[in-house]
Amino acid sequence: MMTDTHEPIIEVENLVVRYGEHTVLDGVTFQVRRGEVFVILGGSGSGKTTLLRNLVGLMRPDSGRILIKGEDFTSMNGDDRIELRKKIGMCFQGSALLNSISVGENVALPLREHTKLEDSTIEIMTKIKLELVGLGGVEDYLPSELSGGMKKRAGIARAMAMDPEIIFYDEPSAGLDPIVGAGIDVLIRKMQETFQLSSVVVTHEMESVKAIADTVCMLQGGRVVGIGSLEELERADHPYIQQFFARRPYDEEAEDSAYARALTGLD
Amino acid sequence: MIAVVGRLGRWALNQLAVGVQVSVLMVDTMSWLVIAPLRGKGFRFRSAVEHFVEFGVRSLPIVGMICFLVGVIIALQSSYTLDKWGANRFIAALVAVSAMREMAPLMTAVLITGRSGSAITAEIGTMKVGEEIDALKVMGLNPIKYLVAPKFAAMVLAVPCVTVIAIFIMILGGLTASVLVVGVDSRVYLDMTLQSLAEKDLVLGLVKSVFFGIAICWVGVYRGLQVEGGAEGVGRQTTSSVVTSIFLIILIDLVFTVLFYFV
Ligand SMILES: Nc1ncnc2c1ncn2[C@@H]1O[C@H](COP(=O)(O)OP(=O)(O)O)[C@@H](O)[C@H]1O
Ligand SMILES: [Mg+2]
Repeated sequence: MMTDTHEPIIEVENLVVRYGEHTVLDGVTFQVRRGEVFVILGGSGSGKTTLLRNLVGLMRPDSGRILIKGEDFTSMNGDDRIELRKKIGMCFQGSALLNSISVGENVALPLREHTKLEDSTIEIMTKIKLELVGLGGVEDYLPSELSGGMKKRAGIARAMAMDPEIIFYDEPSAGLDPIVGAGIDVLIRKMQETFQLSSVVVTHEMESVKAIADTVCMLQGGRVVGIGSLEELERADHPYIQQFFARRPYDEEAEDSAYARALTGLD
Repeated sequence: MIAVVGRLGRWALNQLAVGVQVSVLMVDTMSWLVIAPLRGKGFRFRSAVEHFVEFGVRSLPIVGMICFLVGVIIALQSSYTLDKWGANRFIAALVAVSAMREMAPLMTAVLITGRSGSAITAEIGTMKVGEEIDALKVMGLNPIKYLVAPKFAAMVLAVPCVTVIAIFIMILGGLTASVLVVGVDSRVYLDMTLQSLAEKDLVLGLVKSVFFGIAICWVGVYRGLQVEGGAEGVGRQTTSSVVTSIFLIILIDLVFTVLFYFV
């Protein structure tokens, strides 16, 4: 595992994000080391996607800072942000390929926009990226003609187009059958090992975590409740972490009474 | 009473927010359309041409058919009054003037709203729901440059171009009805038409249609970007896009009509 460098590539400090009155991230702090696979683990609605959207600059936090390679991403604007974004790749939950253009054009898009490469060079690079994710020969297909797993792979190829230093994955194996999902996990690991790529993966699936994680950051209700290696978290005595790892359901009685309290405002 | 004031205040604030958002959108679009190409940041010319074909050329069959029929209708309706005065040859003038000043720009704009304004909203809304817009942003591609600027340029050109053709077809419709149904001599009709064609009327029609194009595109884009929450959100905003756009078209029409009334 990649633990040789300890230099952080992403530093998140006291991040607070609200939707209106509703605080979705509440003082989130962690660091991602260069070259590791950092997994953000949490149940549905725990704020994982929101956190990722802040990390890639699609949202600005209400307070707190995000440093990427030591530069304050949150207060940056305009051209600097675009420069930094070239070093970042993101794979969306639904892959988010542009449906009106071919898979190959999707992968080529960032290259066409940000580089002055010849068309023929771009074509070759597109082919290489697609082969890298195991999708050789599909560049002329439309995204709608691909299966779910292939779309995810194409999304990864597109995120890799500009040879980023950091790649973000939102629920990479969600909605895929276990075999295809495991294939994506292997791919994530392969990318990290081949390119020393720092990877941030959001997921709620324990199987993925076991397969890919160097560091796990456990999120519950917008707060970090545990952070460390998988072994460390397994030993942690936080009740939510234990419950999540053991895949135990909520204690229904306790949940019912909490729900009743929330509804009535009474104790 | 306080509740009413409160609601009015909130409504006003909402409208103000919409106004600000639309203005930001306008400034952004114009800068990607005008300033960025000058600085060599590129304008997606091919995409604009493709959109021009879609908005303009492909709308010609339906616009042509509708405008021909409207020409027939105007001719027959005006004959109803003019016949009493034995003035049927003035049908030509009425058709020509109302086609140029009013009916051709209006029908064209309404039809293009239905065909393409709704399509713009649906396309952008679907892209928003599918995180495609976010994907563009993360890749460092500006969605306004990539999606909006080419559509805008295409729409602002397409509406007046189609309008010019619509004017001719409407006059043709009027001619057909006058000759075949009312019994006006075709030479008289054409003479009368040529006499009543005035530059000023054509200018009014075309200036209006440019503004119609602006309204159709901006409403379409704005509604598309407002889509939240899945497929039903796309449906809702698409409907709303068509209604808002037609409302704005009528409003713009009114403003220009009043302005030109006094000129
Ligand atoms: N655009 C939004 N507006 C308001 N609330 C939102 C929005 N997006 C997410 N939320 C809320 O924020 C919380 C966290 O959402 P999200 O980050 O998507 O969680 P996760 O990805 O872990 O399932 C949820 O309670 C959700 O309802
Ligand atoms: Mg999510």
